[in-house]
Amino acid sequence: MLDLDMGRYAAFVWPAWAISAVVLAALAARALLAARRWSAELRRLEAERPAKD
Amino acid sequence: MFGLANPDRFLRFTRPLTPVVWGLAVVLLAVATWFAFAAPEDYQQGDTVRIMFVHVPAASIGLAAYAALGVSSFFALVFRHPLADAAARAAALPGAAFTALALITGSLWGKPMWGAWWAWGDARLMSVLILFLFYVGYLALRASIDDETRAARAAAVLGLVGLVNLPIVKFSVDWWNTLHQPASLLRAGGPAMPAVFLTPLLTMMAAWGLLFLAVWLTAIRTEIVRRRVLSIRARRALEA
Repeated sequence: MLDLDMGRYAAFVWPAWAISAVVLAALAARALLAARRWSAELRRLEAERPAKD
Repeated sequence: MFGLANPDRFLRFTRPLTPVVWGLAVVLLAVATWFAFAAPEDYQQGDTVRIMFVHVPAASIGLAAYAALGVSSFFALVFRHPLADAAARAAALPGAAFTALALITGSLWGKPMWGAWWAWGDARLMSVLILFLFYVGYLALRASIDDETRAARAAAVLGLVGLVNLPIVKFSVDWWNTLHQPASLLRAGGPAMPAVFLTPLLTMMAAWGLLFLAVWLTAIRTEIVRRRVLSIRARRALEA
């Protein structure tokens, strides 16, 4: 069973986990969005003039 | 292995691998989080032991990411290989984020356990802060020089110099008397903690390691694609 009652340490435990979750999610989102943006741009450029490049 | 230094081969090899690493990281993160809150509270630290389950992975991956950055910088400087430079660049931001998390979560653990958010005289804390500053310096240097080749070379030199700090971080708790406790995982005689805490900790470290690998691989792939886009744009601008 999960123990979610952090008692008198709640003010330290939850911020540590919350900040970690936000930073990990931001890192993942940034990496995936940048990958999508640059891949789309490369596809667009290659579709414009595929033979010359 | 060295065949992967070819950007095309790297893209082909990592294309099916990267989504698998992302998937494993997400599943393992969920499992590790469950383990972390299913573990009992420690008889001395109480529930603050759960901060260790995010603090130790953050610190370990922050250190490992800098090792990746430093070794990649070496190959970029010596062999002038663009993929090595892309790998170094891609490791910098996640490495800085993990190290910042180690500092913040360490501080959140230190206040209730040590009675202080920070200790300026502590060698472990200071060497990790210096590690974070190396990351910031690396990112700032790359951003401040317009010529990407010059920026890459200058940043690679800084990246290599920062490698000196890694053994200082690792062994600071052995070389000096520190408020920070000595190593409890990688030490002679095996880990100094019971299985109820070791299992969630190791699972969380594996999850964070996989997440870093997923972010790193994705960022290297993106960097290769970004350089192709810039190269095509430059060529077309010359032709126009």
